[in-house]
Amino acid sequence: MSGTLTIDDQIIPFSDGQTIIEAARTAGVYIPHLCHRPGYSPHGSCKLCTVFVNGRQCSACTFPAADGQKVISTNEDMQQDRLRITQMLFVEGNHFCPSCEKSGNCQLQGVAYHLNMLDNHFPHFYAQREMDASHPDILIDHNRCIFCNLCVRASRDKDGKNVFAIAGRGINKRLIINSPTGKLKDSDISMDDCAAHVCPTGAILIKHTGYQVPIGERIYDHQPISQVACDTEADHDE
Amino acid sequence: MLTTFLQKVLTEADYQPFRLLGMLRKVQAQYQHIPPEAIDSLAEALNIPRTQIIAVVEFYSFLHLTPQGRYDILISNSITDQMLGNDQIISYLSSTLNVKLGEVRDDGLVSLNHTSCSGMCDQGPAGLINGYPLPRLDPPKIDRIVALIEQQTPLTEWPPELFHVEEIIHKPGLLLTQAFNNGDALHATFTRGLAETLAEADLSNLRGRGGAGFKTALKWRTCSQQAATPRYVICNADEGEPGTFKDRMLLDLYADQVFEGMTVCAAIIGSNQGLLYLRGEYLFLYEKLLDVLQQRREQGLLGTNILGRAGFDFDIEIRMGAGAYICGEASAQIESLEGKPGIPRTKPPNSVMCGYQRKPTVVDNVETFLASTHIAIHGGQWFADIGTPQSTGTKLLSISGDCARPGIYEYPFGVSIREILQDCGASDVMGVQVGGPSGTFISNRELDRVLAFEDLSSAGSFMVFNSTRNIFDIARNFTDFFAHESCGFCTPCRVGTSLLKQQLHKIIDGHGSAADLEELSELCLVVRNNSHCGLGESAANPILTTLASYPDLYLKQLKHQEFSPGFDLDATLNVARRMAQRDDPSAHLMQVEN
Ligand SMILES: Cc1cc2nc3c(=O)[nH]c(=O)nc-3n(C[C@H](O)[C@H](O)[C@H](O)COP(=O)(O)O)c2cc1C
Ligand code: SF4
Ligand code: SF4
Ligand code: FES
Repeated sequence: MSGTLTIDDQIIPFSDGQTIIEAARTAGVYIPHLCHRPGYSPHGSCKLCTVFVNGRQCSACTFPAADGQKVISTNEDMQQDRLRITQMLFVEGNHFCPSCEKSGNCQLQGVAYHLNMLDNHFPHFYAQREMDASHPDILIDHNRCIFCNLCVRASRDKDGKNVFAIAGRGINKRLIINSPTGKLKDSDISMDDCAAHVCPTGAILIKHTGYQVPIGERIYDHQPISQVACDTEADHDE
Repeated sequence: MLTTFLQKVLTEADYQPFRLLGMLRKVQAQYQHIPPEAIDSLAEALNIPRTQIIAVVEFYSFLHLTPQGRYDILISNSITDQMLGNDQIISYLSSTLNVKLGEVRDDGLVSLNHTSCSGMCDQGPAGLINGYPLPRLDPPKIDRIVALIEQQTPLTEWPPELFHVEEIIHKPGLLLTQAFNNGDALHATFTRGLAETLAEADLSNLRGRGGAGFKTALKWRTCSQQAATPRYVICNADEGEPGTFKDRMLLDLYADQVFEGMTVCAAIIGSNQGLLYLRGEYLFLYEKLLDVLQQRREQGLLGTNILGRAGFDFDIEIRMGAGAYICGEASAQIESLEGKPGIPRTKPPNSVMCGYQRKPTVVDNVETFLASTHIAIHGGQWFADIGTPQSTGTKLLSISGDCARPGIYEYPFGVSIREILQDCGASDVMGVQVGGPSGTFISNRELDRVLAFEDLSSAGSFMVFNSTRNIFDIARNFTDFFAHESCGFCTPCRVGTSLLKQQLHKIIDGHGSAADLEELSELCLVVRNNSHCGLGESAANPILTTLASYPDLYLKQLKHQEFSPGFDLDATLNVARRMAQRDDPSAHLMQVEN
């Protein structure tokens, strides 16, 4: 099935099997997202991409595009909800942007800029989370994990390995590593794995490369995420 | 030791990874936890990542990575158990057994913890010991239990009456009073014809009894029209909504009629395999239900060529849950049945097209199958004549809380709340929680509302509160429940339910201002409107509906009652009013009168 749908009054074509977010990106329309990435199987957990489809709330990253669909993606209430959801992610973990190597390249930060987020709004959880610096080349800082599941999908679907999984329930979710010790160094991850590079935040970082690009000259320092997402992410597409 | 035990467990599960939860339940029962070596061995034998096993263990409340006591005691934390004094029960257990709540005693003999509603609100305060029920706990009973534990008497040698769950039916109606002989519904179905029986189900206008109220015949028809095979029939006996225990009673006393409904469904949709998802709390029913299934096989009502019909093969397997309310949600249940954490799937596609093992699947509630059995026998009109046009037939209610006669009641849809309260002997009513925490709280000014999908719908929970009860105890208990049971998949519910809990506690503890109440309302909406599944969508209902019923009580709870003009508190109640379907004067705040 292919045809056209409208997003906020803009008419957009789509092709067979596309989700709303894919159709939007192809047409250069940005719908905020964090757990979605072109070329990866849809997940639908962050809920940043929530849109109205024919009057019902749906995740644009999982909902199939259909002919004649009326999608409302940007109005004041929806941007406000997205802001609150982003703030939830900030207070759930421990995000100290000024001291984070990912600053400027971080999608969580990029989305926060886009939504004009000026404070955290909610009280902090101050979760006790750890670092796993055991691996010689790859660092995990659990404080910055937003449970987007991208590393899980990357390792399973792209690398054929299953290095990562998300365990726990409710607010006690945690990222776990598939190795006898639970440490990254004992897993079979390698530097070339998609999973080592896919993290939208600073939770998975490559060691020995820090600050090669100075702060101020990074991705979202130059361009808003709304533009970056429609241009460069397409390169990762399969 | 462990190796031989695991061999046995694996063999019994036929090395099928989708039976993982059942295997882990056995390991937990034997070793009081899932030892790391068991995780490694199972991962290897089943050829699944060890992380899947860890994720499953961490997801389900009844599985643990660290050892629990050899006698593991869980006390139900349902609001009705709280009202019956579960706190005193816990203190008494704690002091006599010398173990703190949430801990394991140093000698490893006993552990004590809270658990979500254990499905015995009509006979609380209740608990579980190693998964078996302990209803009506009181100090003399606890003394006996403590003595048995200290003597290390195996559970199998304890007096059976300690575990006895009563099935108290105060008001049987259309379904519970029908005469039934095994095979009646199947004979009727075959005699009438499959398409004709589906037409009767259609005519009956039966809607699902598990909560959502989806039309049953439509679900069955859609499933039967799917090209893919095999197709599956799943009976949802997770019954996790606090205050519900009617499915427990049905499986205890009417199991044949439930299994027969599943078999009728199987004939209609063309299925060979059924699954009963039984909540972990109902372990005491497991053996009994296995016997019922065995008898049905012997009677030719299950197995191959059922009732002599060549090619009609169908059997039912029982799989147990392990403490997770979310596994009542149909797609989460399917994930759980596949040996994974119970995380609701993304729709579309829905389970009817792509369910268990990605095949067409009907998931229905226990009571829905019971009703289907009788509709197959008596026809659709017989059922449609009862109730209201949009809500035909009768509904089973599990009544608990402040009333003289808690237990099971069966009513035609359309009955008023007032009549129900009279029947169960409730007086001095302050409010009623219809449909459990995910349902609606109504005040005593709304007792003429009726039980029906078009007004107050309930999957079976009906909790009564009299005027001695504190509205905030209720709202807090329910809000905490959702935070505890959120599966954590999506941001608005994972983080939002914990924020709701914090924000509500702040107000209840007297630290809230008008701005905090407004903040609470706003948060309710973010969680409700953006969550992935029904749990998140209803997690704010306890706050929204108590707020709509008794806004003045919330107001009194605020530290600074004066308002800064920036806040229109009455406007923040709009949402609460809309969802509680109220707009009468008492649902409004007379603001800025001072
Ligand atoms: C959080 C949540 C918990 C649920 N728990 C149950 C349950 O315990 N039993 C049940 O039958 N349905 C439950 N449901 C509804 C099921 O998803 C599903 O609609 C139902 O089993 C379908 O059967 P029915 O059509 O016969 O009602 C729950 C739904 C949600 C969102
Ligand atoms: S580590 Fe990164 S990619 Fe993996 S779940 Fe966390 S935030 Fe997502
Ligand atoms: S709404 Fe809650 S229970 Fe449902 S998927 Fe989201 S986190 Fe899980
Ligand atoms: S991008 Fe759609 S839910 Fe995360």
